Amino acid sequence: MSKFGRFSGTDNYVATDDLKVAVNAAATLRRPLLVKGEPGTGKTVLAQEIAKAMDAPLIEWNIKSTTKAHQGLYEYDAVARLRDSQLGDERVHDIKNYIKKGKLWEAFTAPELPILLIDEIDKADIEFPNDLLQELDRMEFYVYETHETIKAAERPIVIITSNNEKELPDAFLRRCFFHYIKFPDRGTMQAIIDVHFPGIQKILVSKAMDIFYEVRDVPGLKKKPSTSELLDWLKLLLAEDMPLDVLQNKDPTKAIPPLHGALLKNEQDVMLFERLAFMARRNG
Amino acid sequence: MFFNFLDELRSAGISASMKEHLLLLEALDRDVIERTPEEFYFLSRSIFVKDEGLLDRFDQVFNKVFKGLLTNYGQEQVDIPEDWLRAVAEKFLSEEEMEKIKALGNWDEIMETLKKRLEEQQERHEGGNKWVGTGGTSPFGNGGYNPEGVRIGGESKHKRAIKVWEKREFQNLDSTKELGTRNIKIAMRRLRKFARDGALDELDIDETINGTARQGWLDIHMRAERRNAIKLLLLLDVGGSMDPFIKLCEELFSAATSEFKNLEFFYFHNCPYEGLWKDNRRRFAERTPTWDILHKFPHDYKIVFVGDAAMSPYEVTHPGGSVEHFNEESGAVWLHRFSNTYPASVWLNPVPQQQWGYSQSTKIIRELMNDRMYPLTLAGLDDAMRELGRKN
Repeated sequence: MSKFGRFSGTDNYVATDDLKVAVNAAATLRRPLLVKGEPGTGKTVLAQEIAKAMDAPLIEWNIKSTTKAHQGLYEYDAVARLRDSQLGDERVHDIKNYIKKGKLWEAFTAPELPILLIDEIDKADIEFPNDLLQELDRMEFYVYETHETIKAAERPIVIITSNNEKELPDAFLRRCFFHYIKFPDRGTMQAIIDVHFPGIQKILVSKAMDIFYEVRDVPGLKKKPSTSELLDWLKLLLAEDMPLDVLQNKDPTKAIPPLHGALLKNEQDVMLFERLAFMARRNG
Repeated sequence: MFFNFLDELRSAGISASMKEHLLLLEALDRDVIERTPEEFYFLSRSIFVKDEGLLDRFDQVFNKVFKGLLTNYGQEQVDIPEDWLRAVAEKFLSEEEMEKIKALGNWDEIMETLKKRLEEQQERHEGGNKWVGTGGTSPFGNGGYNPEGVRIGGESKHKRAIKVWEKREFQNLDSTKELGTRNIKIAMRRLRKFARDGALDELDIDETINGTARQGWLDIHMRAERRNAIKLLLLLDVGGSMDPFIKLCEELFSAATSEFKNLEFFYFHNCPYEGLWKDNRRRFAERTPTWDILHKFPHDYKIVFVGDAAMSPYEVTHPGGSVEHFNEESGAVWLHRFSNTYPASVWLNPVPQQQWGYSQSTKIIRELMNDRMYPLTLAGLDDAMRELGRKN
């Protein structure tokens, strides 16, 4: 085993058994761990918590639609060199001055073994994962401008998250461990809430969770609220000092939960709830 | 080791390769997991499954391969005195029933089964509740002793490892599920084909540097933006039997309009004939002759029909078969013309694929489309887009 102990969640993060196995396997064998799941189920937070639990620095590489694979390795700033050559700057003679290290380079040469988070890999172009195949597999790459090979002394732990917007290529997937964070069941959710709001009243939580799961079950919602929305909502309820009987009020004509803005992020969803409330009033 | 497992996974359509298999062996070799069935299940799942749509299938394969090996794993034996069993049985059974049971088989055998049941029951209820079962149904009631009855009593041992995958909790994620717009858009991205086309409005840095170095002065090069060059013609069936699928079609339509720049659409009813229309309220007033459509849109357009293809067979095969007007030429002739003009065409059918066989017209249209009919599910749409993407 490495210097890392077994990952078993942290004070701020509740890890299910299957997640622990996946993280530990990926950390021990130093293969990338690919994490998928509904938005708001804690994919990005996972990497931060692993870094915290293992006391390792975290290097974050946030992917956008315009990100290219080679930007993770290094970038050669030809325009700056061109400008310097016109101005007669001395720096122009050493090409190294114009090579900017990318996140992978940083991770490979970090003094302390880091956790590398490649966040939302599916945002980038379809070819992106393929372009990183060799680099992630061998943990080395070649810099053409300076004719040197950058090689990781020890393979860093790589966590990759995806929102499933694009399919990832097979060859890439074969090299990863995979974990799908499914939506937490009530027990897990209770544990997550306990971790985030230690002093919160039991009854309040249980009522709030009733409402939350009911909202999730309403058919036709465009965006179902997820864990992070529930936590936000609880924070609001606490801040507003919401009296318990407001939540306990099971009057169907008030189908919209209090402070619903934290749970429903979509105009159409709010409309849907208003319509349901209207229908309940009419029938009642 | 585990070759059988690998074979089963592959035959179930999970594309496991030697690479994954070696990774599993390496992980076991390095003692990544505690040696319990759950951990082994979690480990192999995270190695072999790379798509949450396949999780349910994996659970089934795992269950099939390892079921025999694991059923009694890690269970503590609970010792139940036999006379207690007997007393319990007598308490819940009438004399007559006891006689019947005895007639069925060996008393000892039955006792043995009952004992097993009880152990499981105790486990399930954690010793707290009545072991007889919840909701007033006693496992010893009618049929409680016959083989089926006994099995019913013993199926829900939540505590045991094997149940983790027997629950198959991921089943609703299989890729044959209904679509949301986001998923549709992703499936449609298969069709993207980028080309630089139009106004030169983007600075081409590489060319500029190249030119500047060569010329000795700042030599600016521009180029056109990359755009999706695919052209799509969407033909949608409306009304009648399509009503239950309106939401699905709306989603498909809205996803398509936002994904493709060159998108044209027309409506038809049941089967395309000599006229199509763009506005359903004015479909008798404003029709576009189908001949005009065939001539106007070049053959590199890709055609997607969306319809349930369920109608009377005459509506396809015979002139005058249409339910709304007298058509000079049959629907089949028009479909033929479409597939001759446009090499890339598919038919998406919102009706579940299992039901296609029951409708004569579906079979006919499927043949007319050269078998390129796909169900309107994520997997079906994916296949359809792949098919369209193959042709240029």
